Amino acid sequence: MRRMLLEGLFRRPVTEKAPTVADAEIDALASRLGAVSRARLGRSLSIREVDAGSCNGCELEIHALNNSYYDVERFGLRFVASPRHADVLMVTGPVTANMREGLERTYAATPAPKWVVAVGDCAAGCGVFGKTYAVIGSVSDVIPVDLVIAGCPPEPIDILKGLIGLMEANAKA
Amino acid sequence: MSTFRTALLNAALTVEEQRPWPRITVDADTWRQATLAIAAGNATLASLWAEPGAVHMTVLDDEDSALLVLTLATSDGSFPSVGLTHSPAQRLERGIVDLYGLTPDGMPDDRHWLDHGRWGVHAPLGAAAEAPKDGETYAFLKAEGPPLHQIAVGPVHAGIIEPGHFRFSANGEIVVRLEERLGYVHKGIEGLLVNTTLEAAAKVVARVSGDSTVAYSFAFARAAEAALGVGVPQRAIWLRALMAELERLANHLGDIGAICNDAAFALMLAHCSMLREDVLRAAKVTFGHRLMLDRIVPGGVAVDLHDAAPIKALTAHIRQRFPRLVELYDNTTSLQNRTVSTGRLSPELARRFGAGGPIGRASGRTFDARKAPGYPPYGDLDFKVVMREAGDVDARIWVRIDEVYESLELIEQIVDRLPAGPIAYPLAPALRKRRVPQAGGLANEPRDDTTEGLAMIEGFRGDVLVWLRTDEDGRVLRGAVRDPSVFQWPLLEAVIEGNIVADFPLCNKSFNCSYSGHDL
Repeated sequence: MRRMLLEGLFRRPVTEKAPTVADAEIDALASRLGAVSRARLGRSLSIREVDAGSCNGCELEIHALNNSYYDVERFGLRFVASPRHADVLMVTGPVTANMREGLERTYAATPAPKWVVAVGDCAAGCGVFGKTYAVIGSVSDVIPVDLVIAGCPPEPIDILKGLIGLMEANAKA
Repeated sequence: MSTFRTALLNAALTVEEQRPWPRITVDADTWRQATLAIAAGNATLASLWAEPGAVHMTVLDDEDSALLVLTLATSDGSFPSVGLTHSPAQRLERGIVDLYGLTPDGMPDDRHWLDHGRWGVHAPLGAAAEAPKDGETYAFLKAEGPPLHQIAVGPVHAGIIEPGHFRFSANGEIVVRLEERLGYVHKGIEGLLVNTTLEAAAKVVARVSGDSTVAYSFAFARAAEAALGVGVPQRAIWLRALMAELERLANHLGDIGAICNDAAFALMLAHCSMLREDVLRAAKVTFGHRLMLDRIVPGGVAVDLHDAAPIKALTAHIRQRFPRLVELYDNTTSLQNRTVSTGRLSPELARRFGAGGPIGRASGRTFDARKAPGYPPYGDLDFKVVMREAGDVDARIWVRIDEVYESLELIEQIVDRLPAGPIAYPLAPALRKRRVPQAGGLANEPRDDTTEGLAMIEGFRGDVLVWLRTDEDGRVLRGAVRDPSVFQWPLLEAVIEGNIVADFPLCNKSFNCSYSGHDL
């Protein structure tokens, strides 16, 4: 372990490796997000993730935001354990009948001001599942949605871009 | 062939058109005898599903890993309960009650499972009677006494995870009983597989459980090809295995890191997450999608491999980085202190529940669908089935570690020996040929043109099962899927007993069951 930690001290951080297209995008996002979030939210935005019926594909990509390549916390974006601590609800999946109450109660437990981000094609419009006896509809059929991030699943970089869009929209408001 | 399977085949009323394994219709007596034999350990229950008017049970012959499907007509709406003698069937049976309204005679647990009283309809895929939708309370099993208290967790959990409810009864820190309540992400997948196009069904099955999307598309394609009797080019077969191993690699790396993180050892998570991301990026560059969603289609694959360099670079990179992480895990006593002897699953329970994947293989069950029943191209590839006996969190980590190396080995072999040629055969001409009436058949003779296919694929979590019934035009008349989680979730309840509450995340992560794949 000592060797790995030492190596970590002397190696360049993976987060800033030689720029490929994707890395350049991340850097651009970093500077934009830094400025806007500082202005509106004192450099931090707490996110509570709610799976309202997803296939878990979106969860995998949201998870990836936390890895060292994207390192979402450097932007002041943090995933929190309770809706009581959250500014943003990130909701995935078509909303199932069985999860509707869970989603509504999570929304009610989140203090205002709050924003809802619908992540993925299912959250946006039920995806391949459609409205059935088991699926109530998209997220906006249940709670007000401020931003939709499309994709099946959206890539981490798209989710990051989406969060910027939300920040900018609110900065203009 | 086991004597048990021979006896079942001899007792068959009819043999149906299903490939590659037969489906036989049986009477209630044979059905009952089959359930008793499974309960006695003469074979393994691989799945149980229904349609209006019939129940189907897939039996895995432990001797040669061949499958056999038994079908019982439920003319009076009931069938002899399998769960009565074989508990792994109970939740599947409760699901059948909720979806189709059939009655398993003698079923020991009559609580609703998938139906939370929110659908506005009872038995939506059966009689579909209107029902209230304001929710119903669930009677959790009792654990009573002065020192016991309950802890309710979920359905909305504290991390980025799927929803489900856990009810712990604890004596101080010791868990006396855990009971799961699932079904929150039930999306009506079986209903979506009724009378639909092959393309639409493929998209739904690819989204049964996002982390296993390659395995599901692989199984769907093989079931469809078996049903329709169409072939697949060699190159596509090998590319399918390449994607399947990349998926296994990504998930195992993620799981190893995440389990250690739940023992508060974040360094492993940080490093494993980077390796996982490397796999996903290589998948994106090579196949155009990080999770390789919808890349395997009936008839072949949707994208070709044009440049193997990113894959070769990936395996070389992981071979360089991963051994040091393994060493770190092996040499950190504070971490081992949490994982060794925690959440022990006995080989007997693993066998009885037919626990698939690393969970079964960490408890002495050597089953791996890639070896047996087996499917191409794995017969031409050199790899070992990894096995441990201890059945604790540590063993489940080690099985994953060893399987990372096996997957690397497989990926390298595939890339080196990838055959040239087309990547898909179009389905339309093959289907047209099928429609030509057989010689000697009378023109006005009624024909039954439905055919069925069954496929079992080893996903990273265990064996995935897909069954399809198609008509002569290639439409999907009906389909059923079974996720390995179905038989793993109940085992999580068993292994946590007697452990401390704080070790639950560790046990849970070492199982990493799918909620979506279970709830369907």
